[in-house]
Amino acid sequence: MPTITEKQFKLLEKLCNACAVSGDEGEVRKIILEEVKPYADTVKVDALGNVLVTKNGSSENKVKVMLDCHMDEVGFMLVADDNDGLYRFELVGGIDARQLPGKQVFVGKNKIPGVIGARPIHLTTAEERARKIPLDQLRIDIGPAGKARVGDRATFATQFKRAGDSLLSKAIDNRIGCVILIDLLKTAPAHLDLCLSFSVQEEIGLRGAKVAAHYFNPDLAIAIDSTPANDLPVHDGGENVFYNTKLGGGPAIYTFDAGTLNDPRLIRFLAKTGDALKIPYQFRQPGGGGTDAGAIHRARAGVPTVSVSVPHRYTHTAISLARVEDWKNTQALLTAALKGISPALLAEERP
Amino acid sequence: MKQLLKKLTETFSPSGYESAIRDVIRAEVTPLADEIRVDALGNLIIRKGQGGKKIMIAAHMDEIGLIASHIDEHGFVRFTTVGGVYPQMLMGARVRFHSGLPGVIYNEPLEKPTDTPAIEKMFIDVGATSRKDCPIKVGEVAAFERPFLDLGDRLVAKSMDDRIGCLVAIETLRALKSTPHEIYFVFTTQEEVGTRGAETSAFGLDPDLGFSLDVTGWGDTPGRKHFDIALGKGPAIKIKDGGMLADPRIIHWMVTTAEKARLPYQREVLLGGTTDARAMQLVRAGVPVGCISIPCRYVHSPSEMVDYNDVQNAVKLATALLSNPVEL
Repeated sequence: MPTITEKQFKLLEKLCNACAVSGDEGEVRKIILEEVKPYADTVKVDALGNVLVTKNGSSENKVKVMLDCHMDEVGFMLVADDNDGLYRFELVGGIDARQLPGKQVFVGKNKIPGVIGARPIHLTTAEERARKIPLDQLRIDIGPAGKARVGDRATFATQFKRAGDSLLSKAIDNRIGCVILIDLLKTAPAHLDLCLSFSVQEEIGLRGAKVAAHYFNPDLAIAIDSTPANDLPVHDGGENVFYNTKLGGGPAIYTFDAGTLNDPRLIRFLAKTGDALKIPYQFRQPGGGGTDAGAIHRARAGVPTVSVSVPHRYTHTAISLARVEDWKNTQALLTAALKGISPALLAEERP
Repeated sequence: MKQLLKKLTETFSPSGYESAIRDVIRAEVTPLADEIRVDALGNLIIRKGQGGKKIMIAAHMDEIGLIASHIDEHGFVRFTTVGGVYPQMLMGARVRFHSGLPGVIYNEPLEKPTDTPAIEKMFIDVGATSRKDCPIKVGEVAAFERPFLDLGDRLVAKSMDDRIGCLVAIETLRALKSTPHEIYFVFTTQEEVGTRGAETSAFGLDPDLGFSLDVTGWGDTPGRKHFDIALGKGPAIKIKDGGMLADPRIIHWMVTTAEKARLPYQREVLLGGTTDARAMQLVRAGVPVGCISIPCRYVHSPSEMVDYNDVQNAVKLATALLSNPVEL
């Protein structure tokens, strides 16, 4: 099985350190456009900002496969100028406000450094410290010399790091999916018409993928994303029964989430592919949450769709953590799966 | 008709896994259809007639259910819900997995015996003693296990929502001698998780008009107020529900047809909930739709109850609607 190359690590680092809060994906889009152009038959940026790429196969009876990953990340938007470099802000996408005080941020396209301030312990009471600070009492502070405007986005300022077998970044979700998609394009098999969507606005409601799937109208689709691993020990020493996924367990294949009942034919196919090649995989625990699959499978007259995610801890916080091994195995499973897709896969009815 | 209803309601097909019920329905409708196909999301689409107005009738095949989320070290199956399943309906319930295996549900100890446990505190016991010997895998679906009950006029079953709609659709197709329309009976998938099958099949068919056949709530048992629907007073013609305003022309078409045929009917104003008609209405550039509801008590419990006369009258109403030309 191929290992992750230095070039791939570098690309992931570049993508992770780029800032692309939902609706403002330009910085990541630029990197992706450069990467995909040499390998694509067509590349276009659609009305919503999705990067839509096609790579046509050359054999008969081709299956049209859509691969999707989202480019955007969760973050903040400045909503009011309180003077002296202080800004009120709103959350973009799902962020737990309890985790914000004391975090560094970058504001706007010029990445103006700032901080989400917190009152020092000297000046708080024990009772105050026990309470959550509501979002409307938090400010982003960039200092009076800082240049920002209401409507600017901000992200966590965390820089990408490699730590042994682990990866640390603010935007594992979903730059790791972007890297995987780019590599799948480079190794595209000739018996498929591949269409790739690097989608915008997933974190605020799967908006980019919705129009991308309508545009492509594929035979089947795979959404490639990243999903929380809540696999730490539980406090009472009992069995952790709500982990979602486990780090090191391999790519997480979805069965059911809030947005999608994944196509059983595709679930089975991915599992069989993993079994045959001894690539570890896991089933994400059925439950809430969702991916772009939620929009894609409902496009037009319906699209058989499945999601595969790279597990990572501490999702949607200032820093999340993934394992190189899971990245490698996700890449391997999807590469093998694309090779194995044939018209027979969808010849039988959905069970 | 009761025999067929028994067969329909005793089939296990939670949302996303509708193949079993699809096969039962397909066997019934094959001799009656001009064309049959199954689409990408598993909807069963039956055409009757050709060339006239394209009318889509949706009845959903899926039922609410459960899905295994973890097998613990002692072989107990943790789960989450597929569609609107309430924990109080699950205490002590029996379920059957898609594979046919049965199981019983219990919960972690409660602080007070009168408390209702959260779904996260419940588990399915399938008789296994370890993770290794548990025959269930994460991602397998299950539904209520409960036999059909014939109380004369009143009929009780799990998944009456919406196998009763499926029955009305099948019997309407059977009763329809000829039609000036091009009718598509769509037995839809994934209604209970958000009318998904209706959304994609309606896009594919691009109908001129349509209606759904589904259950509605009831107001005629102790303590129920402010909902003017009773069992036995006829099928309900939907005015609105939580997700849709029925097209006034469709309502008019249904009301005048019922009155002309001297069929009892009720006017339904439902505050919460919705049906496949919502998805049909909003597809592409919009579609005029309505809904014929079958009043049903105890919806989303393992014992959903309908009145047989309402069912028969719903078939008569749907047949009358589809037998004659329509001008909206």
